Amino acid sequence: MPDMKVNLAGMTMKNPIVVASGTFGFGREYNEFFDLGELGGICAKGLTLLPREGNPAPRIAETPMGILNSVGLQNPGVDAFIKEELPFLRQFDTKVIANISGNTPEEYGIMCDKLAAAGVDMIEVNISCPNVKAGGLAYGTRPDLAAEVTAMARKHAGSVPVMVKLSPNVTDITEIAKAVESAGADAVSLINTIRGMRIDVNTRRPVLKMNTGGMSGPAVLPVAVRMVWEVANAVKIPVLGMGGVAKGEDAAQLMLAGATAVAVGTSLFADPYAAIKVRDELAAIADRQGLASVRELTGGVKPW
Amino acid sequence: MKVERKCKIVEKTRMGDAIYLTLEAGDMVRTSFKGPGQFVHIKCGDAQLLRRPISVCLCSEDEPGDLVSIVFEVRGEGTAWLAEREVGQELDVLGLAGNGFQLEADKRCLLVGGGIGIPPMLGCASYFDRSTAILGGRSADKIILTDRFEVCCDKVMVATDDGSLGHHGFVDALVRQELEQDKDYDYVLACGPKPMLRNVAKAAQEFGVKCLVSMEERMGCGVGACLVCACDMADGSRKHVCKNGPVFDAEEVDWNA
Ligand SMILES: Cc1cc2nc3c(=O)[nH]c(=O)nc-3n(C[C@H](O)[C@H](O)[C@H](O)COP(=O)(O)OP(=O)(O)OC[C@H]3O[C@@H](n4cnc5c(N)ncnc54)[C@H](O)[C@@H]3O)c2cc1C
Ligand SMILES: Cc1cc2nc3c(=O)[nH]c(=O)nc-3n(C[C@H](O)[C@H](O)[C@H](O)COP(=O)(O)O)c2cc1C
Ligand code: FES
Repeated sequence: MPDMKVNLAGMTMKNPIVVASGTFGFGREYNEFFDLGELGGICAKGLTLLPREGNPAPRIAETPMGILNSVGLQNPGVDAFIKEELPFLRQFDTKVIANISGNTPEEYGIMCDKLAAAGVDMIEVNISCPNVKAGGLAYGTRPDLAAEVTAMARKHAGSVPVMVKLSPNVTDITEIAKAVESAGADAVSLINTIRGMRIDVNTRRPVLKMNTGGMSGPAVLPVAVRMVWEVANAVKIPVLGMGGVAKGEDAAQLMLAGATAVAVGTSLFADPYAAIKVRDELAAIADRQGLASVRELTGGVKPW
Repeated sequence: MKVERKCKIVEKTRMGDAIYLTLEAGDMVRTSFKGPGQFVHIKCGDAQLLRRPISVCLCSEDEPGDLVSIVFEVRGEGTAWLAEREVGQELDVLGLAGNGFQLEADKRCLLVGGGIGIPPMLGCASYFDRSTAILGGRSADKIILTDRFEVCCDKVMVATDDGSLGHHGFVDALVRQELEQDKDYDYVLACGPKPMLRNVAKAAQEFGVKCLVSMEERMGCGVGACLVCACDMADGSRKHVCKNGPVFDAEEVDWNA
């Protein structure tokens, strides 16, 4: 068996597989299927300073090998997370990564203060959620705004590593990646969802009540692999790769492209054990290739 | 405790446009039954990424495996795939999901099922003693399982939109009539299209009888983790059909959403 341990910006994980924010709630539901300690880490549902009820339904549409979602950051707020969900997650031998979204840089700062004091293993700063009209998209699409938010989060996160989650809905993702690296990000994660739309031809209505939504699932994997490759070549900080991972080979592709660790999201909806299967298949691939450590995959692509 | 497992199809029957399947489901009922009205989340082939939620019609603990029956109509690609499955084949099923109509079995209930909302009411009919069933649909061929309801219920009434069977009109007229005549119901339980549920809830409220309804929404995970299956509540909050529902207290629901 190859060594599965990885180190993501100082955070040591027993294996490189984490679950993607927003697809795993706060872990309670999937804990009915398997021990959360099996995972390298858990990116918790995106938090905001105050509770949010999110967008009206329908919030999901199926696409060929993918989905669109427009949940709109429904969450109980950072304080309720710290009080009611964090103690639950802390029982498991896995890393807890809080994911945050704010309307202003100050909100990101306040949330980081609270989460650092409460003790999470990492803070993932979502600057890319395309669903929320205020803020959200703008930070992730402009290098200066992305840098401002990153600097604020870094300043308030104390000793907790800050990972900035990048939006794929940009012309050049490396520009944003470099901007957040300069602003002090300890890691980057990508990709968030890709903006998309589906229309019911009979009713002429968009399937989603918000008209558009964010696309994820196996269909986006090649986009994710390309962007991880570009970003990994542009920055020195480690990359958490995600987007469409459904099997071990998908995770191996993201790692070869430059990811240190990999998140599984939408695939969980088809198979609640998807993350565990990806982990085991990844280990089998590393084993088959005679690697002593799964870490040897990272950045190992041999481009033409 | 929920499970995801392969379930063998042991029975397949056509009922008009609907298909009735019985699945052998291991210990699924023993480990996760909470009350009639729960659902199963079924993988419909490799071409559809998302599972499809289908209500449990009847379920029981059994040997060699628990039995779960479902009834569905073809609406799109997923249910079309499901309709092609045959006895002996296996389905990938996650369940039992959701909360169901969680009441004591001695409650006296007026059960209202509309269209493909009829089958889950059969589970209620066999669970609750002395219930009355009101079954509605567009036309006579949409009224299914009546013989089974007659075995389980004290009384069965039918309404069709086109008058081809039973009362000519909607079920809520029969609900009002029944609640007027019989003041001894503890609950009205309903499953069907949203406009029907709204009307039934209104009728129950007029007579001061508590009403529980089974809601539908598009789903992702089916277990409460992804938050896509939002249902608007009267207090302005949004609950989730797969986890907090599909059964809700009718007074909790925002019927204007
Ligand atoms: C709790 C619950 C219980 C249900 N019970 C039954 C039942 O017992 N019998 C039955 O025939 N149908 C039932 N339905 C509806 C059934 O889920 C849909 O008919 C089915 O998902 C359609 O899938 P499709 O691929 O054939 O259609 P498509 O239209 O191609 O599906 C596209 C997407 O939309 C979703 N979708 C479409 N219609 C619905 C709907 N009405 N509700 C939720 N999601 C939908 C699908 O799941 C899929 O993700 C239930 C729905 C819910 C939420
Ligand atoms: C239903 C749903 C909700 C999501 N919510 C969040 C969120 O709150 N914060 C965030 O940073 N990303 C969120 N995402 C994006 C995922 O974390 C991930 O970046 C994306 O889905 C791509 O990975 P996947 O294809 O494996 O799902 C969400 C995705 C889905 C499908
Ligand atoms: S379908 Fe995921 S929360 Fe209901």
